Amino acid sequence: MSRIDRRFAACRAEGRAALVTFVTAGDPDADTSLAILKALPRAGADLIEIGMPFTDPMADGPAIQLSSQRALKGGQTLTKTLDMVRAFRAGEADTPVILMGYYNPIYIYGVARFLKDAREAGVDGLIVVDLPPEEDDELCVPALNAGLSFIRLATPTTDDARLPAVLANTSGFVYYVSITGITGSATPDFGAVAQSVARIKAHTDLPVVVGFGVKTGGHAAAIARGADGVVVGSALVEAVRASLDGEGRATATTVTAVETLVGELAAGVRSAAKATAA
Amino acid sequence: MTVQPLNSYRSGPDERGHFGMFGGRFVAETLMPVILEVEKAYAAAKDDPAFQAEMDGYLAHYVGRPSPLYYAERLTEHLREGAGGKGAKIYLKREELNHTGSHKVNNVLGQILLARRMGKKRIIAETGAGQHGVATATLCARFGLECVIYMGAVDVERQKPNVFRMQMLGATVVPVQSGSRTLKDAMNEALRDWVTNVATTYYCIGTVAGPHPYPAMVRDFQAIIGKETREQVLAAEGRLPDSLVACIGGGSNAMGLFYPFLDDKDVEIHGVEAAGHGLASGQHAASLTGGRPGVLHGNRTYLLMDDDGQIAEAHSISAGLDYPGIGPEHAFLHETGRVTYISATDKEALEAFMLLSKLEGIIPALEPSHAIAKVVELAPQKPQDHIMVVNLSGRGDKDVPQVADILGGQF
Repeated sequence: MSRIDRRFAACRAEGRAALVTFVTAGDPDADTSLAILKALPRAGADLIEIGMPFTDPMADGPAIQLSSQRALKGGQTLTKTLDMVRAFRAGEADTPVILMGYYNPIYIYGVARFLKDAREAGVDGLIVVDLPPEEDDELCVPALNAGLSFIRLATPTTDDARLPAVLANTSGFVYYVSITGITGSATPDFGAVAQSVARIKAHTDLPVVVGFGVKTGGHAAAIARGADGVVVGSALVEAVRASLDGEGRATATTVTAVETLVGELAAGVRSAAKATAA
Repeated sequence: MTVQPLNSYRSGPDERGHFGMFGGRFVAETLMPVILEVEKAYAAAKDDPAFQAEMDGYLAHYVGRPSPLYYAERLTEHLREGAGGKGAKIYLKREELNHTGSHKVNNVLGQILLARRMGKKRIIAETGAGQHGVATATLCARFGLECVIYMGAVDVERQKPNVFRMQMLGATVVPVQSGSRTLKDAMNEALRDWVTNVATTYYCIGTVAGPHPYPAMVRDFQAIIGKETREQVLAAEGRLPDSLVACIGGGSNAMGLFYPFLDDKDVEIHGVEAAGHGLASGQHAASLTGGRPGVLHGNRTYLLMDDDGQIAEAHSISAGLDYPGIGPEHAFLHETGRVTYISATDKEALEAFMLLSKLEGIIPALEPSHAIAKVVELAPQKPQDHIMVVNLSGRGDKDVPQVADILGGQF
């Protein structure tokens, strides 16, 4: 059983959905970013997605674009991101870490070398936005062979005919994108999302988590009623941005700002569990 | 990587959109279904004589095709001076005479007719120099479609005349403020729009790049340039040309000219990338000469990037060439050696811009001025019976304010 499987099983045993938090590696600088990472589990995050910054994040909205730019400006590289995972893993054995980003930096690092280094650093899974099932030979199949989960995005445009192809090589969990759009934009229609989650669950036994457009504890609670997990990203990197000083540097409130929001989101996810139980 | 000898250079892409190792479909899942829909719709249209007949009608009566193949007598004579009895005979393929002023309209017409067949009512496009944006805005006006054009904020500034044209044609021009605020960022923003409005919207990509089937489809729509050139040069000279020259940003005008000649082994083919301030300066847009294979905007191709795989900002005086990538079929033709890729600097392009204006009474766009700049180098090395065809892909009206500004004192 993988670390991801164990964590979803534990949340299920508590009768609640998992909280999946996204932050960008190196935002706003390497030290603060590692401090944020370390704070996430104690604030209530169940799984952690770490964004690998890229110059051209085509599926992301302004919040994650800006956070990637801050990280790159601070000198973040894929090598440093893997170092950060290693440093996090040294003090935290149970919380799954999923690297999320775009293919080019991995391709340039070298797929085989990347998979080996990621595995050794303590990475559990990968989400690569611009690798649909049509390109599975590139990274998905090698990742599965290397013992890493490859988590696929399913979207409102993924119809029943296409869903089996999307799910075929997916492992760990399925990430349902709640809107047709970019990260951090529209607020999803929660009723429609619940129906879509049910539709996907009819095709797979994997946990289904929902992301894009989830900003508050209330949103998280609404999603958590029907899904196995909720992903929050843009709202967290926006909290980082709001805490920075005039020169874009971290302040004393940067880590706590993220911690506080994660706490609210975790409470939202847990409140939904009570609603289901009642 | 070893490249297998090929029977034909015209057989690509394969069913997954690969030209050798290049191409592919590297897009977010939200877009994958629509990409497959475009592929299916295009395959059906291609086999439908009614679609081709509709295209031919508009190409003749709206675009104004065929565009002339013009013998540039004074340029030829000028380049023979001091060439020791040498100097190729130079022909210009006059794509700048098309409606909207460039080759871009050939592709846009095809894609807009396709979008209509697909029932899409809203069209989006990216643009660099604004030529693709103007062509898209024009055909959207003609067919009553909503049109949104993404253009880097830097390009909005340096190509003002085209921004006004697009607005007059009824398009909404969105200046893109992210990243380097040029063509690549306009493409990112167009992709973000498409992900958001995928149900209603057709993305009209302006060059031979992006996810499959765009590189092949755009090439097919532009191949009329090369097909006409073949017929015209045969009529004028009784034989095929000895060489072809075209500028390359994404590479659509070049692919359109080159494609019908790829299997004519005796035809030398030269693609001219933008060398900006010079290749050594690091400030250029020559992806093949100065880049390496990577993945961006839906395809694997040569890209300008750093050691971490972060995409570099390109530089060129020409907004239409200011892109850190190149169409995947060019990457393939580069690796197989079929096409020779060279580059021209900003300065060389400016000189060629002035030269053609003064010698032939034709003000070229800054993009094909790069091709002319290399003709100036190549032609004097060739014998006088060497026939060289250069694609004059656009006219320079849009560049007049920028060039006047740069050459300031002379005007």
